[in-house]
Amino acid sequence: MRAQELTFKQKASLFVAAVALSVTAACTKKSGDTAAQGEGGKTASLNELLIGEVLSMTGSQATFGTSTHNGVDLAIKEANAAGGVKGKQLKVLTVDNQGKPDEAATAVTKLINQNQVIAILGEVASSRSLAMAPIAQANKTPMVTPSSTNPEVTAKGDYIFRVCFIDPFQGTVMAKFASDNLKLKKVAILRDVKSDYSVGLADYFAETFKKNGGEIVVDQSYSEGDVDFKAQLTAIKAKKPDGIFVPGYYTEVGLIARQARELGIKVPLMGGDGWDSPKLYEIGGDALDGTYFSNHYSAEDKSPHVQNFISKFKESYGVVPDGLAAMGYDAAKVLIDAMNRAPSLEKGAIREALAATKEYQGVTGKITIDQNRNAVKPAVVLKVEKGEFKYVSTINP
Amino acid sequence: MVEFLQHVINGLSLGSIYALIALGYTMVFGILQLINFAHGDVFMLGAFVGLFATRYFGFAQEPSVFALVSVMGISMVACALIGLVIERFAYRPLRRSPRINVLITAVGVSLFLEFSGQLVFGSDPKYFPQIYKPAGDWSIGELNISPLHVIVFVIALVLMSVLQYIIFRTRLGRAMRAVSFSHDLASLMGIPTDRVISYTFMLGSALAGAAGVLFGLIYPKIEPLMGVMPGLKAFIAAVFGGIGNVTGAFVGSLILGLAEGFLVGYGMPTFRDALAFSLLILILLFKPTGLLGVRRSEKV
Repeated sequence: MRAQELTFKQKASLFVAAVALSVTAACTKKSGDTAAQGEGGKTASLNELLIGEVLSMTGSQATFGTSTHNGVDLAIKEANAAGGVKGKQLKVLTVDNQGKPDEAATAVTKLINQNQVIAILGEVASSRSLAMAPIAQANKTPMVTPSSTNPEVTAKGDYIFRVCFIDPFQGTVMAKFASDNLKLKKVAILRDVKSDYSVGLADYFAETFKKNGGEIVVDQSYSEGDVDFKAQLTAIKAKKPDGIFVPGYYTEVGLIARQARELGIKVPLMGGDGWDSPKLYEIGGDALDGTYFSNHYSAEDKSPHVQNFISKFKESYGVVPDGLAAMGYDAAKVLIDAMNRAPSLEKGAIREALAATKEYQGVTGKITIDQNRNAVKPAVVLKVEKGEFKYVSTINP
Repeated sequence: MVEFLQHVINGLSLGSIYALIALGYTMVFGILQLINFAHGDVFMLGAFVGLFATRYFGFAQEPSVFALVSVMGISMVACALIGLVIERFAYRPLRRSPRINVLITAVGVSLFLEFSGQLVFGSDPKYFPQIYKPAGDWSIGELNISPLHVIVFVIALVLMSVLQYIIFRTRLGRAMRAVSFSHDLASLMGIPTDRVISYTFMLGSALAGAAGVLFGLIYPKIEPLMGVMPGLKAFIAAVFGGIGNVTGAFVGSLILGLAEGFLVGYGMPTFRDALAFSLLILILLFKPTGLLGVRRSEKV
């Protein structure tokens, strides 16, 4: 009855509000093409096992998320084709965190409490894994991060695992490579102060490089999202280093390389696995030629299990997998292996089985989980040449 | 000494980017007393229009001056239209409302553009193709000057002069100044005030479009939130130079660019963004009209 008493203006505004609401709803649906969002509070049916996956599918590190997701997807498909785990099919619920730590924390809470997943895969960036780990630990849910290398991540508790090496090792690798292979004496550092990963890597690099008799001539910093690095690079250039260590992520590194060359800096740049993205060369272009970075695997590795993975991946997704895709694949494989070995599908039993992982032959090397729940394995150093990542050397722990 | 001079050059080139954005900001404020917070996002749209125009015409394969000029032209026209639409649907209905309503609407338009941008373009950074590659680098001894930066500086200078000319030497400019002086009096004198305001917005948005393309050329990474920080900094630069004053915006931008260059270069890179905002607070405390601003007495 009351509706009839509304004036035209009120009706109009009601109509606008209704349209706005439906548009919002449509938008949410559209962005929620990932399973977890689309299916709301879905929980496992009888013959299904739910695994949660939290990744940056959009945002400034989007290729980290999409590559890892494809790797995980491939591993899960293979496992399901082979009959699943203990007769149950695996299902992955993916939640996009847009590259934000707080979104990652919300996502993991939702996956555990609402969807009742039995394990979590993710994240790539250490800052986001650090936001997720305490929640997974508090809920006693095993979490396997494919490629977060900051040591703090697995120190959050005994349910947190990783299948990659850690920053002290990665920093050591590049420091060794700089002094032994490139024969550098004076190196400058340009670190991203907003990222736990970058700060950690820079510290470990500096420590080892100095121990090996080298000198850090200048230590400059920037914040993720900056686009102008010329002031830092000018200060670095004035100190005349033989090389620059830039342990950042690919979007900034591309711009840094470009601006370094514009300023006439010709010495090699070096970095870590945060460089690994097809977008790196797109942004940096030929300014990146002759730069080096450490990574988890090389697509040029001729061993059959690597080549086998690459051809299967290419068949499904049409591109050569980058290091993060390989890590995603290995993380899922290690988790599936542990679930197969575990006496039951209780979270605690899966945790025990994960901790007992030994010499598992992954694409990125033999994976053994040590007492701190980190993987012990070699790193490779790659050189950027005309847009391709060429294998240079393997450095063992 | 070389390092110092290089910091000066870096600072000026960064400052001229801020100047390109600040010009549009300050002009719209000067005429309408409206801080158009959506300006930074029109700048973002300008960069994306540039990206799509480049892809459509295939300019990335053959960089040339012609490519740069046409992409800039397309982007300026597109942004002028966007500015027209924003003014028509977001600001004109509020012409008689208190100024605070328009200000809040401006913030709303800004957020609307940013997040629609994320929905439409995706939030991952896009690579802006090199539509113009000047030959070689100019270096004097150890000093490096990128020709691109010189071009941006010159374009900023030219656009500032054109703007000055339009405002002080043309009929449209006279109408703009009249509207700025008093909206009601101007309309009593037979000036089509709504149309003048539309033109002002189109002009300001076209400048943002040009800035977007040049920004993409120098920092080839564009994304839907790219306008937020440069937009705020340009706004601060405009206030610093005296908001509403075109020359002031230019000078303020260069000073902000230089200050950032020195601060980062001499050891405090994390305070980069804090610097701009401290500058804003200081200038508002000690000289609210800005460096080149003149106090306008309030007529009762």
